[in-house]
Amino acid sequence: MLRIENLHVYYGGIHALKGIELKVMEGKIITLIGANGAGKSTTLRTICGLVKNQQGNIFFKDKDITNLETRERIIRGLVMVPEGRRVFPNLTVYENLQLGAFVRKNMPAIKSDLKWIYQLFPRLEERLTQKAGTLSGGEQQMLAVGRALMSRPSLMLMDEPSLGLAPLLVREIFQIIAEINNQGTTILLIEQNAYAALNIADYAYVLETGNIAMEGPGKDLLNNQEVKEIYLGG
Amino acid sequence: MSFNIFMQNVVNGLSLGGLYALIAIGYTMVYGILRLINFAHGDIFMLGTYFLFYAVAIFHLPWWLSFILAIILTALTGVLTEKIAYRPLRNSPRISLLISAIGVSFFLQNAGIVTFSGIPKAFPRPDIFKKILIIADIRIQIVNINAIVISLLFLMILLYIVYNTKTGLAMRAISTDTETARLMAIDVNRTISITFAIGSALAAVGGILWALKYPQINPLMGIIPGLKAFIAAVVGGIGNIPGAMVGGFLLGFTEIMLVAFLPRLSGYRDAFAFLILILILLFKPDGLFGKNVQEKV
Ligand SMILES: Nc1ncnc2c1ncn2[C@@H]1O[C@H](COP(=O)(O)OP(=O)(O)OP(=O)(O)O)[C@@H](O)[C@H]1O
Ligand SMILES: [Mg+2]
Repeated sequence: MLRIENLHVYYGGIHALKGIELKVMEGKIITLIGANGAGKSTTLRTICGLVKNQQGNIFFKDKDITNLETRERIIRGLVMVPEGRRVFPNLTVYENLQLGAFVRKNMPAIKSDLKWIYQLFPRLEERLTQKAGTLSGGEQQMLAVGRALMSRPSLMLMDEPSLGLAPLLVREIFQIIAEINNQGTTILLIEQNAYAALNIADYAYVLETGNIAMEGPGKDLLNNQEVKEIYLGG
Repeated sequence: MSFNIFMQNVVNGLSLGGLYALIAIGYTMVYGILRLINFAHGDIFMLGTYFLFYAVAIFHLPWWLSFILAIILTALTGVLTEKIAYRPLRNSPRISLLISAIGVSFFLQNAGIVTFSGIPKAFPRPDIFKKILIIADIRIQIVNINAIVISLLFLMILLYIVYNTKTGLAMRAISTDTETARLMAIDVNRTISITFAIGSALAAVGGILWALKYPQINPLMGIIPGLKAFIAAVVGGIGNIPGAMVGGFLLGFTEIMLVAFLPRLSGYRDAFAFLILILILLFKPDGLFGKNVQEKV
């Protein structure tokens, strides 16, 4: 579904991604783990076109999307839950959800997707007219995920959805990720919480200072000695 | 001061305030979306009056058609200035954008002097705008009533667009977080163009009403109203649309009242607006209705 070939990204003099190769198969959960500053967010932001790659290609559904605008990529079925949630704090919960469906025209389909979101996140339905900025951190994360789902994506990129959440909520978020995936959305997940991510993932990549250092099925990496020492705290 | 003179000043203050409000919207919307103080906005206001002048006085078109044409042409000019002078600098430092805006302002003023000549022109007024209404001894110029009604009407339309349409939602999203707005597949360039079109159209309405109220136009006429409307936008909290409206009415109203109650200070009328600007910047730099939502981290 998504294929990245020899991707290089520079920020001025910083060589943030040094020739990454990565594949996301349809219907799977793929995770990308790595230390702070490894280039995880950069990878996702480049896939969305928020950062322009200076070398390499990105294919989505067998089309080269390397030079497309962000908007065109979203219309083709990509979506991102950005790092730090990035809900629109001065807009209501409902308006945030509407923005997720911004390019869609089919009102009945949008309505039924809203219902689905309310089922996944009953707390959002209770707070539709509340400003998103007044939600708790966990509720904002749910809103960010709900908003992304409102575009009916075929591939959802998630940048550290569990960041800053209490353990109970982390478990809930991971359950929801599994549920969303069960309903047919492919997921590329970035996580600091390597244990939970590897557990849920069909396949995983380990990013180290701009290089893919290791890859394999999630469960395999979970039992890998090196991964255990560095990312799972021994 | 007698009651009827006082009432006349109230009407006068509200009508001036409505005009400031109409112009202030353009500053505040553009600031909200680009973080740019569009110094050329006052000159866009000036162009609106000349478009109408040419349509009515030179091409002898009917008033209603001239009004619509002037608004459309002004809106197009606004969109064009953004495309030519601001869009190429979108990723440059803010200061470049600001300097470009000052450049556009000088350009429009001087192009105006060359094309329209620097000599002021008498602005044509339909007869109904010249009448004076007398209600219980209160003499009210019809033009003031019209200015109030028409500015309120356009301000309502604007509020409707901003708070009840998809385009308005896109505008509000871009002004809080452009990057995330992109992730929602919002067409940012198109939305910015629409913002300039709306801001400039309202400036044209303001300009035409201004010229009906003070029926003489010249290519530099946009400078002072432009600055005052900018101050109104700052008073209301720049970026805040209802704030700009309230700021406009507040500024127009106090300005007229100052002159009415302290006629000896009337020479300081323009300075007064700047005094307000300084006070606001010192004591309430976010404006009266500045940021009211806290972002949670
Ligand atoms: N806009 C930017 N300008 C300059 N350097 C940047 C920019 N964004 C990221 N970088 C640098 O690129 C490298 C990779 O950053 P990135 O945000 O992709 O890391 P990350 O793996 O997501 O880290 P974290 O887990 O802390 O979120 C870092 O060294 C960072 O300093
Ligand atoms: Mg990151």
